[in-house]
Amino acid sequence: MTQASTVAASKDAPFDVLRVRRDFPALHQEVHGKPLVYLDSAATTLKPQVVIDAVADVYARDCANIHRAVHLLSQRATAQYEGARETARAFLNANSTHEVIFTRGTTESINLVAQSWARTFLQEGDEVLITELEHHSNIVPWQIVCDQVGAELVVVPMTDRGEITREAFEEQLSSRTRLVAMAHVSNALGTVLPVAGLIELAHEKGAVVLLDGAQAVSHVPVDVQELDCDFYAFSGHKLYGPTGIGVLYGRERLLEGMPPYQGGGDMIRSVTFAETIYNDLPYKFEAGTPNIAGAIGLGAAIEYFTSFDLHALHAHESAVLRHATESLESVDGLRLIGTAPDKVSAASFLMDAAHPHDIGTIVDSEGVAIRTGHHCAQPVMEHFEIAATARASLGLYNTTEDVDALVRALQKVQELFG
Amino acid sequence: MDLRELYQEVILDHGKNPRNHHFPEPHNREGRGYNPLCGDKITLRLQLDGAQISDIGFVGQGCAISQASCSTMTEAVKGKTVQDAEALFSKFHAMVMGEDGAADDFDSLGKLAVFAGVREFPMRVKCATLGWHTLNQALRNEGSEATTE
Repeated sequence: MTQASTVAASKDAPFDVLRVRRDFPALHQEVHGKPLVYLDSAATTLKPQVVIDAVADVYARDCANIHRAVHLLSQRATAQYEGARETARAFLNANSTHEVIFTRGTTESINLVAQSWARTFLQEGDEVLITELEHHSNIVPWQIVCDQVGAELVVVPMTDRGEITREAFEEQLSSRTRLVAMAHVSNALGTVLPVAGLIELAHEKGAVVLLDGAQAVSHVPVDVQELDCDFYAFSGHKLYGPTGIGVLYGRERLLEGMPPYQGGGDMIRSVTFAETIYNDLPYKFEAGTPNIAGAIGLGAAIEYFTSFDLHALHAHESAVLRHATESLESVDGLRLIGTAPDKVSAASFLMDAAHPHDIGTIVDSEGVAIRTGHHCAQPVMEHFEIAATARASLGLYNTTEDVDALVRALQKVQELFG
Repeated sequence: MDLRELYQEVILDHGKNPRNHHFPEPHNREGRGYNPLCGDKITLRLQLDGAQISDIGFVGQGCAISQASCSTMTEAVKGKTVQDAEALFSKFHAMVMGEDGAADDFDSLGKLAVFAGVREFPMRVKCATLGWHTLNQALRNEGSEATTE
């Protein structure tokens, strides 16, 4: 049975997590003599064999530079690369492939908008609105550009449950807000932001909106027409795809008006020392040889992910997260951080018995991989007056048994430190 | 992998009840240490009389390894000369980094040898050395923060 027909067969079936787990080779290994329990998908996801094969096949067979040559290998590589772009377009429901730019990842996508859109169109006294729960990658690029143009960075505070409310957002939105940048889903807390309504409010004030979708694309449906966002950024490696590749979606008329982000080959139509004419979209924003294998791997990852009934997939993940929340809450001396009613994937927590870093090392000895630290969200940590949390995060291959293994490992923490 | 190698009784004890966990008065040197990876923080103050560390203490928060290491460090260097303290750091560093030959020299490290297990946990080396880097910084009286980055 070929991989393609295995994948196609899953579309109509309920989400069979045990069968799905067989697709992920990295899942089937031992760590310190114990079976790996991978609970760090918010940091990066494991990859299905089809993605690994897609990347390897690029180098094994269609190994050529794209767009440039007339030979067959280049034609095939180009077709695959542009095919991946169309796959990404369909995934986001963007209107055109002109609006889908391949980047290195979410961080580069955001920097592109900051330096190409904001740097050009923001003026002194304008405001950029972000939220308190942002990842550093959706804070620092805005700090940099606000510094450059003399604009002000305004921050919507979050509640103690880790929510961004409509009221708090409205209070910080002003007639001077030119751009709103916010997470679709919080990486540290798992909160799903009520972005549709907030985007409407922002548009009423004439502001453009960028969504950081790094944590969202694998957990909630994303439709840029429905959301009506102006920019949407996500990373391949958090969607069961390779690292070093991501997407920036941008509304065509906005991208048309933006100057290039990086200069070089491929983003030009012609170059003379007197004058250089830039290329059309999306190539205007893709300078140099891109991560060809990465893009093709991302295409394969999106195809794999969308081969499932996404309702069933989300229902499965919700059930595991519910089990995680309940189980963790019942551990003595454990406190959940991030308790918004609308959450996906992440369960951040503290224990009285031990510091997150110690928790992480101990559960690692039991084969359980979680993340500890500030999760590139130091303002979130500051809000709760803590330095770090331990964070377990789910991917589509996780089960309630994985959660139980984590809880057993946490008992070990209690034993050692308690 | 035996966790007991890392989390020995001494370390758990010093982690929960760090020694010299107060600021000495008077003091004429200060150092600040920060481990950005996990948020371990240490503020160290000491009284340097000539070449001797006559008093030392710290206030900090963070993982058991970082706090215990800083605690045992203050015990080890109090009353010693700067030169002796620097020699201890050198040996301690070699031990936790698992450098060749380091394993033979535990006697001269005394209680600090309990951190030998850290060499099996490379991700925690920075926790174990934070206090020592902070001491270095305090002795040099450098203005900025010591960091293990």
